[in-house]
Amino acid sequence: MTLLEIKDLKVHYPIKGGFFNTVKDYVKAVDGVSINIPEGTSYGLVGESGSGKTTTGKAVMGLNHITGGDILFDGRKLNTSGRKVDVRDDIQMIFQDPYSSLNARKRVIDIVAEPIRNYHKQSKNELMEAVLDLLDRVGLPRDALYKYPHEFSGGQRQRIGVARAIALNPKLIIADEPVSALDVSVQAQVLNFMQEIQRDMNLTMMFIAHDLGVVRHMCQHIGIMYQGRLVEEGTAEDIFSNPQHIYTKRLIAAIPDTNVDRIERNLEMRQTVKTEYDQNFSDYLDDGGRAFPLQSISETHRVALPVKG
Amino acid sequence: MLKFTIRRLLVTFPQLVVLSVLVFIMGSLMPGDALSGLIDPTIPREAIEAKREALGLNNPWYIQYRDWVFAMFQGDFGNSIFHQRPVLDVIGDRLLNTIWLSLFSTVLIYLLGLPLGLVSGRYNDSLLDTTITGYTYLGFATPQFIFGLVLLWIFGYNLGWFPTGGSVGPGIEPGTLDYVLSKMNHLVLPSFAIALIGLVGTVQYLRSGIIETKQKDFIVLARAKGVNESAVYNRHIFRNSILPIAAFFGYEIVALLGGSIFIEMIYSYPGMGRLFLDSISTRDFSVANVLILFYGFMAIVGALLSDIILSIVDPRIRIK
Amino acid sequence: MSEKLLEVNDLTTSFKIKGEYYPAVDHVSFSIKPNEVLALVGESGSGKSATAFSLMGLHTKARIEGEVRFQERELTELSTGKMNKIRGGDMSMIFQDPMTALNPLMKVKLQIMETLKLHGTKSKNERESYAVELLDKVGIPRPERVAEAFPHELSGGMRQRVVIAIAIANRPKLLIADEPTTALDVTIQAQILDLIRDLQDDLGSGVLLITHDLGVVAEMADRVAVMYAGQIVEVAPVRELFKNPRHPYTRSLLNSLPSEDMLGSKLHVIEGVVPPLNKMDRDGCRFAPRIPWVPASEHEDNPELREIAGDHFVRCTCYRNFHLNNEETAAESLETGTGGRA
Repeated sequence: MTLLEIKDLKVHYPIKGGFFNTVKDYVKAVDGVSINIPEGTSYGLVGESGSGKTTTGKAVMGLNHITGGDILFDGRKLNTSGRKVDVRDDIQMIFQDPYSSLNARKRVIDIVAEPIRNYHKQSKNELMEAVLDLLDRVGLPRDALYKYPHEFSGGQRQRIGVARAIALNPKLIIADEPVSALDVSVQAQVLNFMQEIQRDMNLTMMFIAHDLGVVRHMCQHIGIMYQGRLVEEGTAEDIFSNPQHIYTKRLIAAIPDTNVDRIERNLEMRQTVKTEYDQNFSDYLDDGGRAFPLQSISETHRVALPVKG
Repeated sequence: MLKFTIRRLLVTFPQLVVLSVLVFIMGSLMPGDALSGLIDPTIPREAIEAKREALGLNNPWYIQYRDWVFAMFQGDFGNSIFHQRPVLDVIGDRLLNTIWLSLFSTVLIYLLGLPLGLVSGRYNDSLLDTTITGYTYLGFATPQFIFGLVLLWIFGYNLGWFPTGGSVGPGIEPGTLDYVLSKMNHLVLPSFAIALIGLVGTVQYLRSGIIETKQKDFIVLARAKGVNESAVYNRHIFRNSILPIAAFFGYEIVALLGGSIFIEMIYSYPGMGRLFLDSISTRDFSVANVLILFYGFMAIVGALLSDIILSIVDPRIRIK
Repeated sequence: MSEKLLEVNDLTTSFKIKGEYYPAVDHVSFSIKPNEVLALVGESGSGKSATAFSLMGLHTKARIEGEVRFQERELTELSTGKMNKIRGGDMSMIFQDPMTALNPLMKVKLQIMETLKLHGTKSKNERESYAVELLDKVGIPRPERVAEAFPHELSGGMRQRVVIAIAIANRPKLLIADEPTTALDVTIQAQILDLIRDLQDDLGSGVLLITHDLGVVAEMADRVAVMYAGQIVEVAPVRELFKNPRHPYTRSLLNSLPSEDMLGSKLHVIEGVVPPLNKMDRDGCRFAPRIPWVPASEHEDNPELREIAGDHFVRCTCYRNFHLNNEETAAESLETGTGGRA
């Protein structure tokens, strides 16, 4: 069953300029993106800076103005501004920088309890129980309750962020680069435990990241974004073993591999892809410089291949 | 750059219009009008009415406003009720004195303030820095007139190095070298009194700017290029730290041109500040009005000046 | 054996915390030959960047001990004036964050021309044309126009190319690259790494590459030194290190990376955290607290780097019988771990 359905989402920002500061053009941060995420699965949204992946995530959270398209959550339509449907309990976000997303002057108990307090009336004891339960779930010791964010390591802070996010038993988590500020060993910790939480709570996850390796590890389905459009979408297997769009190929070829036996081959591959990219990339865009609409090439795999003719 | 300046100038125009309308309304609300002070009360009512009509005082307000603005463009700012002279003449002498005083003070502020701020920021938390910041706190806390009085007492009365009042010695022929020297001699104490207090803001801004800038990555890169320490400060840190001061320069100049009431009183220096105070206490509204218009005008020009200066020193401003 | 370009012996860089000095770089020794890329790998707090800054003399408030011999000269004894002749000249550096590494108020060409002037290009016209040439060399399209631009007008990738142009302006013999691609997108990263490789081939310089990204290391390095808590714990040629990692820290790191081989399984997690500088046990094996299942008898006191095979050095004896905790033992130790904490 589809939990989140994004239909032809558009988020455009006006560019002002010229002598009288009039609207000259629009930045099409997101320009016609459609994504379906089945309940209980993880969808990885990958792209480089400026690709529109974060804007897409924020649009689902209701954090920015939507120019066009629909976002359906559990079949209900989420409006753009001043949403009419209250789904704040059901959709939560995890941010990139665990430190700056936590209020430094609040104790862990207040940070984690805040969303519960905002939406549910509970007695002090019930609240305390709920917070302790959450700390257990994210693997933080009970004595963390009365500490401040700066007393924790990066990985632990991200756990606090996750505890806050799951406090209201959400159905959908939007994780925006949740591990890109962390060291490799800490990253492993957070990724493992996000997988656990997801399994235990049957969470649906939209995982926004620039690191294809991390996304491959975490997600069943992956969408590749380029300049506000999806250029390829499919299972992790489709994307990694059978990439079709030249941009996807280039992204994959650019990942440095730790397998020293494959390095020569990788570098050669990167060169080949780069040559192909330089020669043919313009064929993959229409006259307006936009990626073409996605076409299905298998049951799971869709690619923005050039429209012939 | 040129585009930015022109656009910025265009914004200034409506500001000026709003200002002039406000001052005009204030003027009309004042009791009496241009005739009140001139008229012999024995003149018959009809004659006064005729005079009013002739002077356009019965016209609708927007016609009066238009006439008022046109007159100003031709240099006619009306007559001072108290001095019985054209307002422009009354202000003229005072303005010249104030311009001299503010010029001297400004030069002193930056001549003393910039090196102090630079040293204080570069060697922060040293004894020197503590002394300088200590002085700036003192400067923030002390009213200007106390400084003025202390300087006057030491260098004017006790040591007798500088004159204690006025803007020029008595009986000196204008235009001679003696006249200029006497003018400058009279400026020393008041301008120091203004500068010694006025520089504390500059010192503090520059100090914190430098402390902030010197930790930036591009400063490390400059060192990694082999730039020596003094050039790191002069070429890289200083210019990046001076932005807030540059932004403030326009306002600073304008504030000084408004004249300093306390300093002018203490040194009985005939400048704009005292004129303003006098015109209010003698109910010389025609002068007060023009002064208010002038201050407002200068505030707008100051903001304009600040923006233009900032756009010259900071290339990032220009595109916005 | 060819001549060494840089030789570092017992470099110790200490920072003051509450009135006392604590080493962030603790008796670090390594060397770089001309044309060689040595990667210094480690996580935050390992002391890898502090090492680079020490070599360049860029620390303003640190105590530096030990020897840094560069081209037969002892850098730690040089005056700032003499050091200024070397840095930016024969030894130069590329920084991590291109968005903040350039002076926002200076045109790109002036920032390049400044380093040219400091290291001997006399004529202004020459400096100007060479600056444009350098921009061209680092792959910037329309270099004449970019030369006249201010940094904020350029993208991150372009700015990093400018930073590199500044670093190679005086044909350095040693290039120190401190996380040169961490702030960049992966396709830009690939381009910048290509560029560094090409320039290095061209100049024949030695490179000290500082990074936390093991993929970048595998691709770029000839030799690798792994740092943990201020010490080098393992040094080996790149193939050897990735094929046959020995130190428990190196092995743990490699296993914590999500990779093709790890799909569907849990990633390895290193327990605990790096201790802060002023709370570190400096006598024993510094990694011991992170592998609590290894008995104390496996570690040695004051562990040293020992050559265990040709050019392969490992610190401490604990690598000998080391096994990564497999899934069951991981669960076990996690339980005892949390049990111990509660």
